[in-house]
Amino acid sequence: MIEINQLSKKYKGAEDFSVKDLNLKVEDGEIYGLLGPNGAGKTTLISMLTSLLKPTSGSFTINGLNFKENKNQLKQLIGIVPQEYALYPTLTAFENLQYFGSMYGIKGEILKKSINKHLEVMGLSKFAHKKTDTFSGGMKRRVNLIAGILHEPKVLFLDEPTVGVDVQSKNVIIDYLKLLNKQGTTIVYTSHHLNEAEFFCTHVAIIDRGKIIIKGIPSELIKNQTGANNLEDVFLAQTGNALRDYA
Amino acid sequence: MLLLLRDLGGIAILFIMPILLLIVITLVQDSTFKTISDIKIPVLLVDNDKGEVSKNIIENLSDSNSFEILQKSSEEEAKEAVFSGKYQLAIVIPENLSTSLQKKVDQNVEGILSKFGLEEDSLNVAKEVIPQKEVRLYFDPATQVSFKSSVKNGIEKMISKIETQSIYKAFQTELGDEDEKPIFDTENFIAFKEILPTKNNEEIIPNSAQHNVPAWTLFAIFFIIVPLSINLVKEKNQGTFVRLRTNPVSYATVLSGKTIVYLGVCLIQFTLMLLVGIYLFPAIGLPGVDVSGKLTMLYIVALFSGLAAIGLGLLMGTIAKTQEQAAPFGATSVVILAALGGVWVPVFVMPKFMQLVSKISPMNWGLEAFYDVFLRNVGFAKILPEISLLLLFFLVTIIIAIIYNKRENAV
Repeated sequence: MIEINQLSKKYKGAEDFSVKDLNLKVEDGEIYGLLGPNGAGKTTLISMLTSLLKPTSGSFTINGLNFKENKNQLKQLIGIVPQEYALYPTLTAFENLQYFGSMYGIKGEILKKSINKHLEVMGLSKFAHKKTDTFSGGMKRRVNLIAGILHEPKVLFLDEPTVGVDVQSKNVIIDYLKLLNKQGTTIVYTSHHLNEAEFFCTHVAIIDRGKIIIKGIPSELIKNQTGANNLEDVFLAQTGNALRDYA
Repeated sequence: MLLLLRDLGGIAILFIMPILLLIVITLVQDSTFKTISDIKIPVLLVDNDKGEVSKNIIENLSDSNSFEILQKSSEEEAKEAVFSGKYQLAIVIPENLSTSLQKKVDQNVEGILSKFGLEEDSLNVAKEVIPQKEVRLYFDPATQVSFKSSVKNGIEKMISKIETQSIYKAFQTELGDEDEKPIFDTENFIAFKEILPTKNNEEIIPNSAQHNVPAWTLFAIFFIIVPLSINLVKEKNQGTFVRLRTNPVSYATVLSGKTIVYLGVCLIQFTLMLLVGIYLFPAIGLPGVDVSGKLTMLYIVALFSGLAAIGLGLLMGTIAKTQEQAAPFGATSVVILAALGGVWVPVFVMPKFMQLVSKISPMNWGLEAFYDVFLRNVGFAKILPEISLLLLFFLVTIIIAIIYNKRENAV
């Protein structure tokens, strides 16, 4: 379970908080979608939860552990799939996964078998020994996902895992995430794809200007929003139509 | 390791460029170490004297084997040729130098002898005023100060010797000795002998290779800073650093892995440069490097120098945010450290303040340690302070990198 209490983040030199006094509970086995317009604070929140950013104030625990006291234990417990392709372009898919897997202490045959299994499920077996700089966006996203789940994390954080990929790749990724969830992995993910989130997530929270403005089960949110037919209607009703450009 | 191996072009540059640098620098500097140079510097000479002294000067310059004398008829012509950079140097011998010198010497000798009562007549005779003569030197404005100084010293010494010989000759004449055989020995009484360090009773004669191989090998080892810092910055930019930060391994472990790989690169680089010094140099007419009995010590110095360089590279890579920051900063830092360390200009000729500053350059510690082994033939105890400093530098830079990373990314 993830418990977030009054979590805030203000970047150096910024006028406003990116995340402000945020409270949230994610129960075990949930697929929790963090949705919001650009600059809403989704990536900042996920970065704090994965130890990439230091919160300005507030706290959180994952399965009762926090980064201050149980750093390595917690890192072993969680998996991260960042928004960017966090891969070495001159290494093959297999080599990349071998390297990142070994960082979690998985070695030898166990690691090889695990890599091969994941590559097969993701439809990448025949490209295992090709350099990732020759891969399409969808292929890189799939390798990126495998790198985050090789150590079989209890909680998986994904930041826009399907951005910029074709429908086929997206389906493979979503299906695999569903499978992982069925096997007991709690998933927290950010996305701009509201249709995808509507059907994929068990719960969603719409974040705007660093705060959660609404949260719940997608179908209930749609039902409770007057005139809403889908999650996108809820989203627009809650966040408005104004452009959210930021730099 | 794999990342390095995948970039074969990069590896080739990492190994080949320092070797090229070593060969070129040694070829360029080799002549300055040779007692008999293959190269003669053309010198313009305007002889307005046409006497005994100018003949002596020309003979001495020719005998030095360093200069090729080209006579010019006018000072203006010589001056123009030198100032336009066609020649490095012109020497203008003034009119009547020989006769004036002879007159001056005769006058002085007579004066001295008269004091002893040997030349009574001369006491009452009014002394003729003989104006001072000057040998003019014209240097190409682009000529280095060190070259100017050595030429000036050489000519001054030559003229001083001619003057001494004239004085002795005048004494001999005044004393009425008509014998052709000189009664005064004009050769220097005090001689200089350079005592070189010995090994197995054999003198270790320094040559350009023994100076250049350690100096430029060290330079190459420190250049590892550039690819190493870029490697770290690349990881930040391509997102892989995010993974490394979220993995259950410490930053110290990540840096240790990189240290081991890049230390291997440094030692391979060092081995290649030694091989070039030992085998290639003699094949292309350069003096070879003698490493017999020194290999272990040399590798110890290379290992610690490599560690110091890697520490600095890791620190730079940790602090830099873009490749545009890391690459130029790394490259210029190496050049500055090399300059401070005495790779280009020996530390002892630097101003006092810079000599003090050079003491904090890791390249100076490395270079001194290499010179201790290569040229001074010392034991391990003597290089211990230098390698300890290099190790300390590595530890300090690594600790700063870890603290900086922790401060920047702490959760």
